[in-house]
Amino acid sequence: MKRTREADSLTGRAVTNHQSRAAIHAWLFLLPAMVLLLSFTHLPTVATLVDSFFSTPKGSRPAVWVGIENYRTMAEDPVFWKSVTNNLWFAGATIPLSIGLALAMALWVNERITGRAFLRMAYFTPTVLPMIAVANIWLFFYTPQYGLLEQLTSLVGLPSHNWLGDHRTALACVTLVAVWKEAGFFMIFYLAALQTLNPSLHEAAAIEGASRWYFFKRVQWPLLMPTTIFVLVNAVINGFRMVDHIFVLTRGGPDNASTLLLYHLYEVGFKFWDTAYASAITVVLVAVLTSVALVQFFLLDKRTHYK
Amino acid sequence: MSAITPKVPPPQHLAYNEPGWLDTIAAWVLALLWLLPLAYAVWTAFHPAEYSTRFELLAPLTLDNFRNAWAAAPFARYFLNTTLLVTMILCVQLVLSTLAAYSFARYEFRGKNIAFSLVLVQLMIMPDILLVENYKTMSQLGLVDTLLAIGLPYFASAFAIFLLRQTFMGIPKELDEAARVEGASDMQVLWRVYVPLARPVYTAFALVSVSFHWNNFLWPLIITNSVDARPLTVGLQIFSSTDQGVDWSIITAATLMTSAPLLIAFLLFQRQFVQSFMRAGIK
Repeated sequence: MKRTREADSLTGRAVTNHQSRAAIHAWLFLLPAMVLLLSFTHLPTVATLVDSFFSTPKGSRPAVWVGIENYRTMAEDPVFWKSVTNNLWFAGATIPLSIGLALAMALWVNERITGRAFLRMAYFTPTVLPMIAVANIWLFFYTPQYGLLEQLTSLVGLPSHNWLGDHRTALACVTLVAVWKEAGFFMIFYLAALQTLNPSLHEAAAIEGASRWYFFKRVQWPLLMPTTIFVLVNAVINGFRMVDHIFVLTRGGPDNASTLLLYHLYEVGFKFWDTAYASAITVVLVAVLTSVALVQFFLLDKRTHYK
Repeated sequence: MSAITPKVPPPQHLAYNEPGWLDTIAAWVLALLWLLPLAYAVWTAFHPAEYSTRFELLAPLTLDNFRNAWAAAPFARYFLNTTLLVTMILCVQLVLSTLAAYSFARYEFRGKNIAFSLVLVQLMIMPDILLVENYKTMSQLGLVDTLLAIGLPYFASAFAIFLLRQTFMGIPKELDEAARVEGASDMQVLWRVYVPLARPVYTAFALVSVSFHWNNFLWPLIITNSVDARPLTVGLQIFSSTDQGVDWSIITAATLMTSAPLLIAFLLFQRQFVQSFMRAGIK
């Protein structure tokens, strides 16, 4: 880039001409993607914010300005607050569990373990399958009486339990499916990072007689920090975006025990067709995702420059 | 966990590379647990209904469940829709993001940084979230219940632009200049120099994009309402939730059918899949 600028100052006008032509080319190349991005990401984001201050248009009645009315509805909507707490529990459990398991999987598969290729395949398979399809499988797995889980628990002599139908266990069941789906995906990033670590670190630690745990804690874990941050950001985003399985497993029930923010947004917007209130919920979701991105950008990136 | 390491270990036989038996068992238990739901589904789908929850080694195998599932819902149409959808999205994404990435990687122009930041916004605010507004846009365009409507919000992929821009920036400028000295135009340079050198990145992105859109559910659910536009995921959900009379054997058969193309592709090209996801993730 710098070289281009120096060259420009040398040849003067001809270059300026050339440069403006290049700029036109650049914008032409960029145009189609930019137009689509503006129409389906930026404008809708702004429109969502605007619409959240208007009422839902009904029939011939157009939308009118209602100020913070939709947000007041939100504050008084017990299902909204239920979905927020549920989502925090869901994210709070999915994130550490899937990252922890991913790390363990990667450490195992990175070593000369028996059946390494099989293990890697087993861990990663859930990632490539459609969530809607695997949710069906899990639904069967959790089914009262016939499901595999019931069969296993009855073998041990435990009483029958409707795992998805009980408001105490529904959210946990849904969370487990998410962990199962995600851990293998995150494993890949850890595995990639582990493979780039210098093998002489291993040798040095072995010669020094460091224990395996010590080696992990003092060498591998710090060096994996950038990967952990990357995975963490993805896990947080997915924690607020993964709802496909809710449609199959519980539909948010019983009694909203397993509803999540995006699922609630879907119900408000496309089952009750209260689009104005749905816009207000979208604003909340956008705010969550934006703050995740900002935290990553301003805080975390600076602390991970080990290499 | 590991035993005390000898002071001078033989060079290629490091203690850390040999996981203890405890690790091996834990890793295997986890792997089997991970495959358990899938194995259960396979069992149910390939056996007659009366064996769906009874495990007997000699239970007769059957393909009837698949046949019944295929006949019970327009799966052929769903497969066609999903295939068309995934192909359309991938093709448009590749063309648009190649052009945009080329522009960002090799041109200097006013507003470049602002434009690039605008692209990055899509990495955090995905189309999956903006359901309400995008639905309004589609109904204004008269596109509700079409394959085009499912694809449109995903055509411009910030992720692809970002990935290709990084790749293009890593290609030596000398190659570019040499081609220009030979008299190649902008488009020719892009097509003859940049695109061939970025081939692995294209493969990686293609695999990620295809599996994402094959699996995508919420937006297609909202924007479609007929068999003509419904992709497999939505079709499967409607099939398995509306018909109360359908038994588990048929539902699991339908489920496996839906996942089969990706699953088979994954088992055949495991290495490429893993490397693609890896490459796509490390920015």
